[in-house]
Amino acid sequence: MRDDREVHPPHRYPDYRSTRLRAPQRPLVPWPHGPNEATGPDFRALRLGELEADLTRQCAGAPLGERIVITGRVVDDGGRPLAGQLVEIWQANAAGRYAHPVDQHDAPLDPNFAGAGRCLTDRDGVYRFVTIKPGAYPWQNHANAWRPAHVHFSLFGAAFASRLVTQMYFPGDPLLELDPIYRSVPAHARERLVARFDLEATRPEWALGYRFDVVLRGAAATPREA
Amino acid sequence: MPRVTPAQTIGPFFSGALCRKGEERLAEPGSAGALELSGRVRDGEGQPVSDALLELWLRDARGSAFGRAATDAAGEFRFVVRKPAGIVPHAPHILVSVFARGLLHRLVTRIYFPDEAVANAADPLLRSIADPARQARLVARAEADGALRFDVVLQGEGETPFLDV
Repeated sequence: MRDDREVHPPHRYPDYRSTRLRAPQRPLVPWPHGPNEATGPDFRALRLGELEADLTRQCAGAPLGERIVITGRVVDDGGRPLAGQLVEIWQANAAGRYAHPVDQHDAPLDPNFAGAGRCLTDRDGVYRFVTIKPGAYPWQNHANAWRPAHVHFSLFGAAFASRLVTQMYFPGDPLLELDPIYRSVPAHARERLVARFDLEATRPEWALGYRFDVVLRGAAATPREA
Repeated sequence: MPRVTPAQTIGPFFSGALCRKGEERLAEPGSAGALELSGRVRDGEGQPVSDALLELWLRDARGSAFGRAATDAAGEFRFVVRKPAGIVPHAPHILVSVFARGLLHRLVTRIYFPDEAVANAADPLLRSIADPARQARLVARAEADGALRFDVVLQGEGETPFLDV
């Protein structure tokens, strides 16, 4: 079963204006997998510093904003934990501004927040980041359009075919139902992008906690080229 | 069974998190067999896409290599690659993922090599594309200096064939 066909957004989704000139018009070429799609890069040998997973300690001082822990488990669609997986995240600061030259939103930069982190999952497929809750920001897609607070995630999985770039949202955000990027996902699958508040994941007296589990397509389910 | 997590666009602000110096090298520059591979990403109006990320994956019996490069203001990307061996009936090729603002899910394609006409003619994926002009869009062009050029057209005239992974 290719569950993933029904959960990913379509390439063309006119409410998200940038898709109009960037989505292919031709149907995708059916692709029986060749010798290389069932393999993918292995990052287990990467030597990552502890601070790469703590976005609140990467600069001289502490960033402004509500400190949070984001943690979760990365598994494949057969439920197997994916150990040694590279998880990369990036996000806006608490005021809704990215530390990126293209972002000209009139909100303050935070000299103590670079907004990027990475780590490897442990043997149970668990990752954990410490960061601050990002702010919402306007993005001019339509009149008075605001992106809900989100954290970008990049994951690889066991194979080239498993690669996933996505966004994690926060529960109870009233902007979600107004956001065409979130709404581009079929309704039945949208809530998979919303983290849940988890008291267990908090660090008492210090940071709130959110749980965001990620399921990647497994290599086994993919058809092979003859 | 757990259900697959849906994709979302990479957005325009990924470079600080995902792009590191040297990651455009899948082969050591100047080493035997190293080839420069460059190209331009364009949208449905032919405009350069200045905020795309390309990822390359190549693999053969000698080993495997992964690389990443973002496009610049002119939509140009640049890699150093090598030609992997083919595995009959598959012609030598490199797998490509394209991410960008406006792409809700990555696009996938393959880069084949211009000096492999015989192998390319037998390749199952190339053979499955009936239109020779579309087939040709998956084969890099050789420049006079031996470097390779591979343009990615996201939409419209000259659209790159993208694959249903």
